[in-house]
Amino acid sequence: MKPLRIKGLTKEYRIGLSRRSVMALDHLDLEIEEGEVFGFLGHNGAGKTTTIKLLMGFVYPTAGEAWILDRSIQDVGVKQYIGFLPESPFFYEYLTAEEFLVFYGQLFGMGGLRLAKKIDELLELVSMTDARHRPLRKFSKGMLQRIGIAQALINDPKLVILDEPMSGLDPIGRRDVRDIILRLKHEGKTIFFSSHILPDVEMICDRIGILVKGRLKAVGTVQELAGASSVTSIELVVEGLSEAALAGVGGLATTLIRRGDHVLIKLDDGEKVNGLLDQILKHKGRVLSLLPHKRSLEDLFLTESGMNRT
Amino acid sequence: MKRILVIALNTFKENLRDKILFNLVFFGLMLIGISVLLGSLTIGEQAKIMKDLGLASINVFGVLIAIFVGIGLVSKEIEKRTIYTIIAKPIPRYQFLLGRYSGLALTLFVNTGIMAVGFILVLLVGSVGLDIGLMQAIGLIFLELLLIVAVAIMFSTFTTPTLSATFTLAIYVIGHLTGDLKALGDRLDDPLVSGVLNVFYYVLPTLAKFNVKSEAAQGVPISWSYFLVTVSYGVAYAASVMVAACMIFQRRDFK
Repeated sequence: MKPLRIKGLTKEYRIGLSRRSVMALDHLDLEIEEGEVFGFLGHNGAGKTTTIKLLMGFVYPTAGEAWILDRSIQDVGVKQYIGFLPESPFFYEYLTAEEFLVFYGQLFGMGGLRLAKKIDELLELVSMTDARHRPLRKFSKGMLQRIGIAQALINDPKLVILDEPMSGLDPIGRRDVRDIILRLKHEGKTIFFSSHILPDVEMICDRIGILVKGRLKAVGTVQELAGASSVTSIELVVEGLSEAALAGVGGLATTLIRRGDHVLIKLDDGEKVNGLLDQILKHKGRVLSLLPHKRSLEDLFLTESGMNRT
Repeated sequence: MKRILVIALNTFKENLRDKILFNLVFFGLMLIGISVLLGSLTIGEQAKIMKDLGLASINVFGVLIAIFVGIGLVSKEIEKRTIYTIIAKPIPRYQFLLGRYSGLALTLFVNTGIMAVGFILVLLVGSVGLDIGLMQAIGLIFLELLLIVAVAIMFSTFTTPTLSATFTLAIYVIGHLTGDLKALGDRLDDPLVSGVLNVFYYVLPTLAKFNVKSEAAQGVPISWSYFLVTVSYGVAYAASVMVAACMIFQRRDFK
């Protein structure tokens, strides 16, 4: 039983008086495995949010089907097993954090001690126990995102769908969300989230899918998509090398920049790094840093999108 | 059913925290104004004018809330995107709509109830006799409010708040004139125009039926059979409008 199966899902919008057709999503086929973190990547307008809206039943598909835990998405009952956080969420700002979670819990038919216990647990998870009696109106963006995640988890979902959970957050907020996602994965939940913030995706996703103009262009692990020889160049900073030693090392390097005692060495071939290190150590040099430059997901993303940065 | 109640109570809470009941302050001031006025009137006129103005105020405040809160019940949720988190839960769309409706109905019930109590107290202080006709009049005002909220919600399931308000107000005004439309249609020779007016008469709500304020003010209670027929008419009309609203709401996309 796959947590999520999508087959030929298509959404065509008719815009304006002329009823001009816009293909927001074009025959999407996708399967998500149990327990994985799947990153759904694409530029704004690529169709990520449309896909999620289709899955959640906010809009109806023009064609195609999708199943969550082997039940059609048209079946309202399947939502019992889904946790969902919309993009830049707006909530009932007149409610306090606790009332907010009680409300959503009740929509799942929860109540009493079980709900109270779950709420304590979730407030703890998103580090908001102190804010439980504060109205949402007074929350910062990061706090809203965290309480939004808490409401998505109130029913202990099997599949968690998050739409741009990290957009608009500061680095600390992004780290918090990332940690929560990893913790959910650890608990055995399947997570499907959309994003255009690549480093976050690179770090936490088991697999990614890249959506360009409504079409799925690539699916796979980060390593698969980025390629095996993903290291494109290496930068080293060393100190304590004599002039003679530098002359020897310089033969291997592409670029050599000296700043006082420190020397920055660039290599454009990852294979040469061992030889270089041998040389440095032989001449009693000290390596201060070593930084491999990888072909990042961002490069991949731009290649797939047909928008190379040059 | 339980989920409708959860939505309804949350809507009621929202109304309270949006300070909608604040209108009661103005109603209170109005009552004080009426009492002050009374001193300058002759004994015979006092009771009638007091009842007239009181009932009219209850009606006006209720209608304002029904229309302006009613049009926001659904459209505000879509606009602020709060609806996403609700529809994402295992609750059918029609239950959400019925919950929102019931929540505002509860707000209006409490609001009308408080106004009614205040009104009765002022009458008692002014030693004006009470009669069942007043209760009937207030009951029918409340029913009219339920009908207006249904119309407001129906419009707000498919159009903007501004247009919803315009349409609902228009229906409210025309709804009070349907009797005149029919009389006019019957007198015209042009079959097309009189036909259109007749359609209006039958399709639009006959809101004048709910207006028994002048009877109540004059101390002439309406018959119970009229009361019951009117109540049934109001309930049936509001229910049909809500069915239409649910059907529209079920089909639409939340972009």
